[in-house]
Amino acid sequence: MNPLGRLTLASIPFDQPIIMGTVGVMGLGIFSILAIVTLKGWWSYLWREWITSVDHKRIGVMYILLALVMLVRGFADAIMMRTQLALAAGDVKGFLPPEHYNQIFSAHGTIMIFFVAMPFVVGLMNFAVPLQLGVRDVAFPVLNSVSFWLTASGVLLINLSLFIGEFARTGWLAYPPLSELAYSPGVGVDYYLWSLQISGIGTLLSGINLTTTILKLRAPGMGYTRMPIFCWTALASNLLIVAAFPVLTATLGMLLADRYLGFHFFTNDAGGNPMMYINLIWIWGHPEVYILVLPAFGVFSEVVATFSGKPVFGYRSMVMATMAICVLSFMVWLHHFFTMGASANVNGFFGVMTMVIAVPTGVKIFNWLFTMYGGRIRFSVPMHWTLGFLVTFVIGGMTGVLMAIPPADFVLHNSLFLIAHFHNTVIGGVVFGVFAGYTYWFPKAFGFKLDERIGKAIFWCWFIGFYLAFMPLYALGLMGATRRMQHYADPHWQPFMQIAWAGAVLIFCGILLTIVQLIVSIRTRDRHLDTTGDPWNGRTLEWSMPSPPPPWNFAALPQVEGTDAFWAIKQQEKKAVNEAHPPIHVPRNNPTGFFLAFFTVVLGFALIWHIWWMAGVGFMGDVIVLLVQAWRTDNEVEISEYDVARYYRRAKELPL
Amino acid sequence: MTDANTNFLDSDTVPLSLHGPAPDRVVVGYGFWLFLLSDILIFASLFAAYAVLSGETAGGPNGAMLFDKKHVFVETACLLTSSFTCGLGALAVRQFRITGVYVWMIVTLFLGLTFLTLEITEFDSMIVAGNGPSRSAFLSAFFALVGTHGIHVAAGLFWLIIMVLQIMTLGLTPMVRRRLFCLGLFWHALDIVWVGVITIVYLGAH
Repeated sequence: MNPLGRLTLASIPFDQPIIMGTVGVMGLGIFSILAIVTLKGWWSYLWREWITSVDHKRIGVMYILLALVMLVRGFADAIMMRTQLALAAGDVKGFLPPEHYNQIFSAHGTIMIFFVAMPFVVGLMNFAVPLQLGVRDVAFPVLNSVSFWLTASGVLLINLSLFIGEFARTGWLAYPPLSELAYSPGVGVDYYLWSLQISGIGTLLSGINLTTTILKLRAPGMGYTRMPIFCWTALASNLLIVAAFPVLTATLGMLLADRYLGFHFFTNDAGGNPMMYINLIWIWGHPEVYILVLPAFGVFSEVVATFSGKPVFGYRSMVMATMAICVLSFMVWLHHFFTMGASANVNGFFGVMTMVIAVPTGVKIFNWLFTMYGGRIRFSVPMHWTLGFLVTFVIGGMTGVLMAIPPADFVLHNSLFLIAHFHNTVIGGVVFGVFAGYTYWFPKAFGFKLDERIGKAIFWCWFIGFYLAFMPLYALGLMGATRRMQHYADPHWQPFMQIAWAGAVLIFCGILLTIVQLIVSIRTRDRHLDTTGDPWNGRTLEWSMPSPPPPWNFAALPQVEGTDAFWAIKQQEKKAVNEAHPPIHVPRNNPTGFFLAFFTVVLGFALIWHIWWMAGVGFMGDVIVLLVQAWRTDNEVEISEYDVARYYRRAKELPL
Repeated sequence: MTDANTNFLDSDTVPLSLHGPAPDRVVVGYGFWLFLLSDILIFASLFAAYAVLSGETAGGPNGAMLFDKKHVFVETACLLTSSFTCGLGALAVRQFRITGVYVWMIVTLFLGLTFLTLEITEFDSMIVAGNGPSRSAFLSAFFALVGTHGIHVAAGLFWLIIMVLQIMTLGLTPMVRRRLFCLGLFWHALDIVWVGVITIVYLGAH
């Protein structure tokens, strides 16, 4: 018996030039980064300040970095698909064989949702929520680090699938019976399942953490109706995580039991029910889209208020709309498969609910518009993203309501019209939102602004690129083009596909410019320094401290008296920072998250390849790390009065 | 999270939501409650799967043929009693009666182990008779639901042993007391899930 289970040298696809080329470039990239870090002697800095950090701001930044890196990976899949479809009309077969193309679209969806959108959104919430609430950290700082590193474990596993073995060919939700052992005997689906299980646990823990933070840790006077809208949307999003991710874990667990232990949950034989998987996965899946978009709505609310110089219009209706979406998001899941064959009444109910959930979203749109009305609007980069969102998301929402009508959905189901619709909402909503948030909070995190000119260029690339890439897909969908096709016979579709390809290239420019912007902004940071801590004339508490904030955020917790707490402080010309500095306790660095993630990757990899002894090693490693953590008692460090005072003296004297 | 300078508000006149950060005890308990809710949702999914698949016996035996109600009665008695003794342990923790804490924790451990042994015996006899989880979708759902509960009980017992060791080495420090509180919540939650299991799976079989 092979001690490495199913793993042999043949598992590495040496015969696939595209994959080996990608792996080569990735390997070279990783190797050169490691080499630079080693040569420059940065390891101890990285270990001390980042890898073992339990500071919510650092963890937030690491989440966002992870998301940006994975955006490149997910986009590489996208441009390959678009190129294939721009070519493969009629007799031309394109450059991607079907079995490879199937892996690419599965990886694209999985990566973009789980490893780009999720970490980006969670990263923004991690960074901004405790600052906005006026507290020093999240409820469970060590757990926060564990969450991040488990997400990173999932990322590592899914990237390993590129090099060792294969990825799922089942689409991003791995519907059975196709994803069952009988039809997908390889390791692809197992890579999918284990990387999602591991990162899903990380997300769940992060949801519990942030929900507890928002509900139990707020500055004195920060009542529920005084929280910034971003905190409200973060609360709604994290409540949804706590309520929806367990369903994902259970559902994927059942599929794992089918594949590993011969259970019959979703098999065709012995009474299994594949449609049950599809129901269960969408009971998670629909709330998931709101988990992603609600924090984006929160970012837009902050941005639109700040750059219009006005409090957000209709605060209470905004809160009500957010919480209404939070509840309603659990009542629409069946609209993802009206074609299942449920009765007309069932389809009718879910169709109506789908239209109902558009109402609170509409309320929000009007609130944002009325916030701008009569304001002194500054057209900076975050505001560009917000305006782009308002236009684009309304179109995406309307095509969604169109498909909420079951008879129309029967025509459009699984067509490119659907693909255009959800990219319309996810790019127009989530991507625009996280980029707005990234640009908005960047100076807070690092003490200098991102280059404004390049920022606007990035926006226009994404904005125009999106319309070019996806508007043709609406038309193609109505003409009968289906999703997940690798080749089409009708040459009339080709011009549309070529326009879509051009759009993808434009988005590619946007992604390249994001990297350029980062490099240029770092090199010219002396010119965009944020010396005040309040570069945008902000309204909420994160702007009341120096940029980047000290590890303890607030030397003394602020006393909040209304919404837009920092704006009120500025109007009263009160000192935001208390002059007296008692010693402060901050959580001590902790390597638990990193070690836990290490052993979990070992465990996950071993389970994927059926290397049972190695799975035992990984599991025991996890248990030991947890036990060591259980006996740690020195979880805090004290920062002395003197050090705190010195920090603020310096912050006043020097640009940081 | 508790700082002297966060509690300067008069608690009589200011609503609780404006008081500032809650003390550690509350924060930890609250977070653990949220975790339990999420855990119960895992069970909810498994219950839903069981409800959908309970009739799908694929020509194999159904619940009424397989379940021994007397056996289940003893299991239930063990688990419910263990919840009671776990509660007595919590009272002993509150009064710092260290012997009482040990006694009730060990009784709870014993009852939990008895429950697990009985459950494993039941599973074993079913599998030996050819009625394992691969036999039918009904049995898949049964083993997954009841087995997941069993794994939780096993994890709870492991945690209980760790807590005994923590009391021995660290004493009843605030941190250890918070963890004991969470363990108690966990144990009672497993009881609630078990009440659902006997009602829907065992008593519901006919």
